[in-house]
Amino acid sequence: MMVQIPTNVTLLRQILVSFIRNEVEKVGVHRVVVGLSGGVDSGLSAMLAAEALGPRNVMGIMMPYKSSNPESLAHAELVVRKSSIESLTVDITPQIDAYFERFPDADQKRRGNKMARERMTILYDHSARWNALVLGTSNKTELLLGYGTLYGDMASAINPLGDLYKTQIWALAEAVGVPEVIVQKQPSADLWAGQTDEGELGFSYREVDKLLYLMVDERYSRPELVTAGFPEKFIDEVTLRIMNSQFKRRLPVIAKVSQRTIDRDFRYARDWGK
Amino acid sequence: MTFKVAIAQINPRLGDLQSNLALYEEKIHRGVKEKADLLLFPELSLTGYFLRDMVPNVALKLSAPEIKELKKLSREVSFVAGLVEESSDYRFYNAAVYFEDGEIRHVHRKVYLPTYGMFDEQRYFARGDRVRAFDSKFGRIAVLICEDLWHPSTVYLAALDGAAAILCPSASPLRGITDQQVQDDNARYWELINRAYAETFSLFVIYGNRVGFEDGVGFWGGSELLDPAGRRIAKAKYYDEDFVIGEVNLEVVRRKRTMAPLLRDEDLDLTINELMRIRERPFQTRKDQGFKSSKVQKFKGSRVRGKKGKERLRQRRISLGLKQAKGRKKR
Repeated sequence: MMVQIPTNVTLLRQILVSFIRNEVEKVGVHRVVVGLSGGVDSGLSAMLAAEALGPRNVMGIMMPYKSSNPESLAHAELVVRKSSIESLTVDITPQIDAYFERFPDADQKRRGNKMARERMTILYDHSARWNALVLGTSNKTELLLGYGTLYGDMASAINPLGDLYKTQIWALAEAVGVPEVIVQKQPSADLWAGQTDEGELGFSYREVDKLLYLMVDERYSRPELVTAGFPEKFIDEVTLRIMNSQFKRRLPVIAKVSQRTIDRDFRYARDWGK
Repeated sequence: MTFKVAIAQINPRLGDLQSNLALYEEKIHRGVKEKADLLLFPELSLTGYFLRDMVPNVALKLSAPEIKELKKLSREVSFVAGLVEESSDYRFYNAAVYFEDGEIRHVHRKVYLPTYGMFDEQRYFARGDRVRAFDSKFGRIAVLICEDLWHPSTVYLAALDGAAAILCPSASPLRGITDQQVQDDNARYWELINRAYAETFSLFVIYGNRVGFEDGVGFWGGSELLDPAGRRIAKAKYYDEDFVIGEVNLEVVRRKRTMAPLLRDEDLDLTINELMRIRERPFQTRKDQGFKSSKVQKFKGSRVRGKKGKERLRQRRISLGLKQAKGRKKR
């Protein structure tokens, strides 16, 4: 079955630029900081923000670790040059190494998560220093699959990309002018040498996006997905991933004891009064 | 009768009555300056849309000072305001209030409160229980709010109640991306029904939507004024604030209804009778009635020949509710 995820780049661009401008300015600030990994998501986020707020109001922060692929930093700098945004490089090696000296047997996953959270604290620190919001870069595919670090790269104040599948990100990035080498390359979290998202996940973004689109957006049932040609094992694996990562998409669970509990019967929009 | 209608496509602040009141004032002055006779504000634009627990905090009794302020403003131009109305029995309504010459002429309480998907209205609002056209100084009009228009019965009632124009304040979120379209899919659908209503019921449709974002949900704007021939008299920008003006000429309604007197020919009794029947005995499929197959058999003339056949047909019609059984009291 041919599955076409609609990707009207002109309309998406218009909506997302307007979203960034609106949601940033109503808070009473006019700037954002964004972590630039050298990948397509953060590149796109930064360029949309530059269009919405003006490049001088966007700061791309590059936070390499000593084992990061040098290509990542070079690609992030390409985005900075192309979009004329402000930039800053903070090497996270000293603090990461200092920490793991005490816990030398930590595996790759722990180290990767720690780095992601270290970067988050730097972004939030600079958002305070620069009177800016932290701009998110997580896309819908990785949010649904739980392929991100909670309170790490998943943390942000506003996220223009959270409702876009990776397939849509690529198309929009191309339209917005993210350098081609970034759009074309294999996505990678670059937490260790040779890591690729698709290698780690065990399937390609294009394949899983089709499945997610039908499952989530179009509400296809399991039998319908099988009829549409998806292997049962694949459907079940992805379903389980979504269910098991639900905690990453919610606030921490609060034990209810009062009449009015935050987020259960104390319900207000975040844009309260704004 | 000819009058100028303006639509204020604004971006109100969520839960901030005072700032939105100032915004109203600004737009009303602009309407006066641009010689508008009637000004339409979007749904809940005095309060913001995703209010949730803020509803009781921004609700206004019709005796509230803010309402007095609005009455005063209506001496200069008539307008429809979108706000939360608090009744004397402490219910909160998603309401549209029509102000004219310093007075409230009409209040419409939203009947259809969406409570599905991203919407939660029935959790916070009481449901309106009437659809009425009313006489304004511009002729007979009706106000229906957003989702009300997704139920054709409301427009049907308003048209039969004599409305020559429907004013529809709306807070419609953008959603659904389709290739090759300049607007999102929800906007496309709205434009389709607005136009269909205008033509079907030979009346003006004045649709006022808001813009801006609330917690990431954007409103698509695109407010419009359509005449009974489905022509766009005015159209506001998508996704951005705007202020548009268009002329409503009720002669166009007369002309359209003369050429195609559809409302004159509307068979009210038939509609009422059928609705009564449907309410009494909701439509049942053949499966519901215990038939194995859901296929409807082709009617064969020979089957009803003779007494037995006629009796069988009669029984079938009774079972379908098309005919009353013998001996049953007539209502």
